[in-house]
Amino acid sequence: MSLLIGSTTIGLILALLALGIFISFRIFSFPDITAEGSFTFGAATASALMVAGVNPLVACLAAFVAGMIAGASTGVIHTRFGINPLLAGILVMTALYSINLHVMGKSNLPLLSEVTVFSWIENFSVSVSGAGDKMMIIGWEVTTKDVWLLLFCFFGIVIFCLILWWFFKTNIGTAMRATGDNAQMIRALGVNTKKLIITGIAISNGFVALSGALLAQYQGFADVQMGLGMMVWGLASVIIGEALINDNSVGFIIAGAVVGSVLFRLLVAIALRWGLNPNDLKIITALFVFIALIIPGLMKNKPKLTFKRKSHAIN
Amino acid sequence: MLSIENIKKTFNHGTVNEVRALRSVSLHIGDGDFVCVLGTNGSGKSTLLNAVAGTFFVDEGTIVLNRTDITKWSEHKRARYIGRVFQNPFTGTAPNMSIRENLALAMKRGKKRGFGWGLPPALINRFKQMVMPLNMKLEDRLENPIGKLSGGQRQALTLLMATALKPDLLLLDEHTAALDPKTAAKVIDLTQQLISKDKLTTLMVTHSMQQAVNLGDRIIMMHQGKIVYDFKGDDKKRLKVNDLLSLFDELRRKDNIDPAVASLLEEYYI
Repeated sequence: MSLLIGSTTIGLILALLALGIFISFRIFSFPDITAEGSFTFGAATASALMVAGVNPLVACLAAFVAGMIAGASTGVIHTRFGINPLLAGILVMTALYSINLHVMGKSNLPLLSEVTVFSWIENFSVSVSGAGDKMMIIGWEVTTKDVWLLLFCFFGIVIFCLILWWFFKTNIGTAMRATGDNAQMIRALGVNTKKLIITGIAISNGFVALSGALLAQYQGFADVQMGLGMMVWGLASVIIGEALINDNSVGFIIAGAVVGSVLFRLLVAIALRWGLNPNDLKIITALFVFIALIIPGLMKNKPKLTFKRKSHAIN
Repeated sequence: MLSIENIKKTFNHGTVNEVRALRSVSLHIGDGDFVCVLGTNGSGKSTLLNAVAGTFFVDEGTIVLNRTDITKWSEHKRARYIGRVFQNPFTGTAPNMSIRENLALAMKRGKKRGFGWGLPPALINRFKQMVMPLNMKLEDRLENPIGKLSGGQRQALTLLMATALKPDLLLLDEHTAALDPKTAAKVIDLTQQLISKDKLTTLMVTHSMQQAVNLGDRIIMMHQGKIVYDFKGDDKKRLKVNDLLSLFDELRRKDNIDPAVASLLEEYYI
């Protein structure tokens, strides 16, 4: 049971990553690999700041801003210099590897003795119910601390989802969705699509970086390799969510991404429990996304492999 | 209103594919004028429209709209004054968004888009009133994705969107060319209604000589990147499809003769 709770918590933290990928891939149809770098960038920035004694919330905010800068760089490279989105992302991701090493000073930065968002929650749990307290959930014994962590993550994610949903329903957010759907049309209606792409990819990477920052705090260290494969991971979550929640309104897709992220993390945890070699995790994730991408094409009997969203509405 | 002064545009400059799409075009359109642009394929009529819309910057010359020099303005900035309908019915609408969201986007053409609610309930009722006269039964399907509609329906909605906020200039780029004749006629009817209702200044590119003869109060004929004929007022009213056809034939015959031979012949015959 504590395995389930732990996995769900990590799934919720990674849901922020899935939301970031949802923005770049689904809203903007922009295959943004920057996420691999900005995930680590967020973790590195937040960790380095917390090691320096900065307030964890400020550190998280800094991670978000760091991610936005990374995303904006990709956006500028793509829109101002006309470089292909994938290549623009690869350039920034590669550059971020060095930057991350500089930010952390070494390849692995432990946070176990630092004050983090999660150490706050643990202290809160101790003050409410005492250290090492256990409670029963449907007949299973779990530590109260883990439950508090889960609850905080859950409500945190709900708040982020609501903000994101509201944003994509505002005038500017609607214009962003139109930019990804038909850039020529929205330009003819007076929107500077370049500016919106830069802003959108920045927000996307802000979420990704925040996810990295929180994961580092949860697992107690930041590692320069932790972003590896995260883009495909996020994409898998979004795809699972879309398959489960067959509705195309922005709100449902956002909720789907969160549910998909948690489910995917749970599936992985169960598979590992059943003896899956952790070394095989990335290839299985990649295969999963590959299959999920070709299934719609196979069903329509014309194999069309694209990153683009399915041809139905996001409204 | 719109003053185009000696604009030139060459694509793929200095390569074998060099195309001199516009060779010094000048055009002045008054307030409320409805101008049809005719021309052979590759004559530069769509290029002229795109130059005004800002799809690209012209190499030389100036474009002045409402006494404002917009020559160096970007496409999205010009959209503040210009409404557009494209040849391809898929270009003018966002397919995965609902009809009402598309309309809501159009209600903000050229305006600042902030954090206000994108689809206020008050607008939804207004949209129903807007689509009702189309007689396409769209008023009950406003929340459906626009991509599910036919080309004609999408083109009609694009027209509504382009004129929802009265534009200073309406650009129509062969907007019925991709439609079947019956639908095209419907869309042309709607075009005429919307233009005469608000007395919109319009520049319409068309392939159909019948449309050019029936609509508007001025016909411009382009050939090889230049304006070769310009009919206004009574001249335009007297113009028939056959007259236009013979003009086209004349242009085609001229094309078939080598330019050097043509000048030689001119010496003999004129």
